[in-house]
Amino acid sequence: MKAKRLIAVVITLAMAIALFAGCGGNETTTTTKAAETTTTAADGETTTEADETTTDAGEEIYIPVVSKGFQHKFWQAVKQGAEKAADEFNVTITFDGPPSEKDVDVQVQMLDTAMNNNPAALCLAALDTQAVLPALEKAQELGIPVIGFDSGVDSDIIVGTAATDNKAAAAEAGHQLAKLIGEEGKVFVLVHDQTSLTGIHRRDGFLEAMKDYPKIEVLETQYGDGDHAKSTDLAKAVLSANPDIKGIFGANEGSIAGCINAVTEMDLVGKVQLVGFDSGKILLDAIKDGTVAGAVSQDPYAIGYEAVKAAVMAINGEEVPEMIDTGFRWYTADDLDDPELQVILYE
Amino acid sequence: MSAKSIAKGGRINADTMQKFLAFSSLVLLYIIFSVVTPNFFSLNNTIDIMRASAVQGVLALGGTFVIITGGIDLSLGTVMTFSSVIMGILVADMGVPVWLGLIACIVTGALCGLTNGFFIAKMKIPPFIATLGMMMITRGLSLATTGANNKYFTDYPGFRLIANGSVTDSVVKAINPSWSIPIPNAVLILFGMAILGHIILTKTVFGRYTFAMGSNEEATRLSGVNTAAWKMGVYTLCGAFTGVAGILMASRLNSAQVAQGAGMELDAFAAVVIGGTSMSGGEGTILGTIIGALLMNVLLNGLRISMIPQEWQWVATGAIVIFAVYMDIVRRRKRG
Repeated sequence: MKAKRLIAVVITLAMAIALFAGCGGNETTTTTKAAETTTTAADGETTTEADETTTDAGEEIYIPVVSKGFQHKFWQAVKQGAEKAADEFNVTITFDGPPSEKDVDVQVQMLDTAMNNNPAALCLAALDTQAVLPALEKAQELGIPVIGFDSGVDSDIIVGTAATDNKAAAAEAGHQLAKLIGEEGKVFVLVHDQTSLTGIHRRDGFLEAMKDYPKIEVLETQYGDGDHAKSTDLAKAVLSANPDIKGIFGANEGSIAGCINAVTEMDLVGKVQLVGFDSGKILLDAIKDGTVAGAVSQDPYAIGYEAVKAAVMAINGEEVPEMIDTGFRWYTADDLDDPELQVILYE
Repeated sequence: MSAKSIAKGGRINADTMQKFLAFSSLVLLYIIFSVVTPNFFSLNNTIDIMRASAVQGVLALGGTFVIITGGIDLSLGTVMTFSSVIMGILVADMGVPVWLGLIACIVTGALCGLTNGFFIAKMKIPPFIATLGMMMITRGLSLATTGANNKYFTDYPGFRLIANGSVTDSVVKAINPSWSIPIPNAVLILFGMAILGHIILTKTVFGRYTFAMGSNEEATRLSGVNTAAWKMGVYTLCGAFTGVAGILMASRLNSAQVAQGAGMELDAFAAVVIGGTSMSGGEGTILGTIIGALLMNVLLNGLRISMIPQEWQWVATGAIVIFAVYMDIVRRRKRG
């Protein structure tokens, strides 16, 4: 019995190894698409070689878009922009992202899978530059251009990046908040996290803007994971401890949703000025009814669109600008009907 | 396990059946994806599936022991992160040699496991609560000890190779430069840990008591076994495996990611359960767990490479987990 188990383990190992040995030679017999176009690869060689031949033969152009997130409305808007570009330029895309922005390993695996699927280019919103480096190097080796989107990746392998200038956008929110509270009093910023670049940039952009106002006292920055409930609790705790707070900046959709809940539950609407980031139904409704004075919006649709567009340009050998600024805009209740804004905002 | 199988005669067939079922589903799934999806069946992709299984697999191996005792360890994911964070602080910040950092990573995991075991076995706190507490504690400690800054091993070029390099490839290349068996070290370590786990579970007193405590803890205690001590041992072993997973994860990402890990224990348990280990304790195999981990990753990879939209990937994975547990219940009912 015991011996049998050991044998079973050994057999599994052997089969696993046999798989490796088998793959290289059998490539053309199993991948039907590849076999049709690559008679030259019939005498074996390596997988990558077979793949490359397929690409050259002008099959459909595949561009995987590997995002930082997925179910969040923001990423869904990015996805829509990416799909629009895919339609327009007649390419096939997939849109994948890990369940949370902490799941770096999930993103790495998504990248690995995408690279095995014979892509012509790759769009990537990296969660961590170091962690995705092996995948980027592999892309470089195979000659697959990589386009960054949403936040920058400090690597030469990235051809260009489509992103919002988060620091400038958060600074704009800061100046607007200062104006709203008459440039004096206590304020604080509620951020999604202290590890992501967007979190860091928005926090720092806001804090730097606040330095222009000597009469404004900035309290400790709060981090709520972008989670509505957690952000609500944090905002309420700070408001209870400091009843004289004049304004709060919620640095992403979840953070500002928490601030909205807090001031509503504590009956402080109008007494505490709120300034938000991004859009989404909760924020838009709050701006409509005056709970939130205004917000800065990125243009997620443009981010997705520009990323795929840049990927197509790179495939065609055209020059891609290093930074593609996808813009931001400050908006209040008065602007909600502006048709230009309708494209940017999402519910 | 073996002792139990012999005692209840007919069970051998049922066990073999279960193992065969899990293994044949794995093979079947692999074949289906190979036929349906053009780019699935390739050397690179198969390697990536195994590589993706490595961290989850090692976590699941440790989890198998705990689950066989009828317990649970919700802190697997965050203890893994915390172990790699300690290694990151020692190696990246303090310049401690890498080998010492690796040991520290495993020891940190083992100590967290020991603490879990102490609270569960000595203080009689239910495993769910004790390990939930540990999950929160290690999650917080990972952030607190680093100021929420990820630790990078970029100054140690060899560090990435612990998981990503390939010893087998180097060896056969040394014999004949045109040969290649590029199995990543992470996969070799997974199989090595599996063999180690299998030996501990089936060939030692430790393994025998692990099963005994899961079947009937009270009876085991009354028969003169110091169940508290052995249980602490089980959680410590699980912690040590978690530390190894921490090394693999850190090497893979070339960094200790301070904020990740929470939730990975659930993926690991899914692998354990698919592999036929009972959540109520008393039975389970290492081979099953490995098959479970591979099955989940073949499924995930196959769905991704088939370009199935992500929302449906989750639906499919969830359905497989429920189906696997249901099969387990059906099997148990037949027997009972």
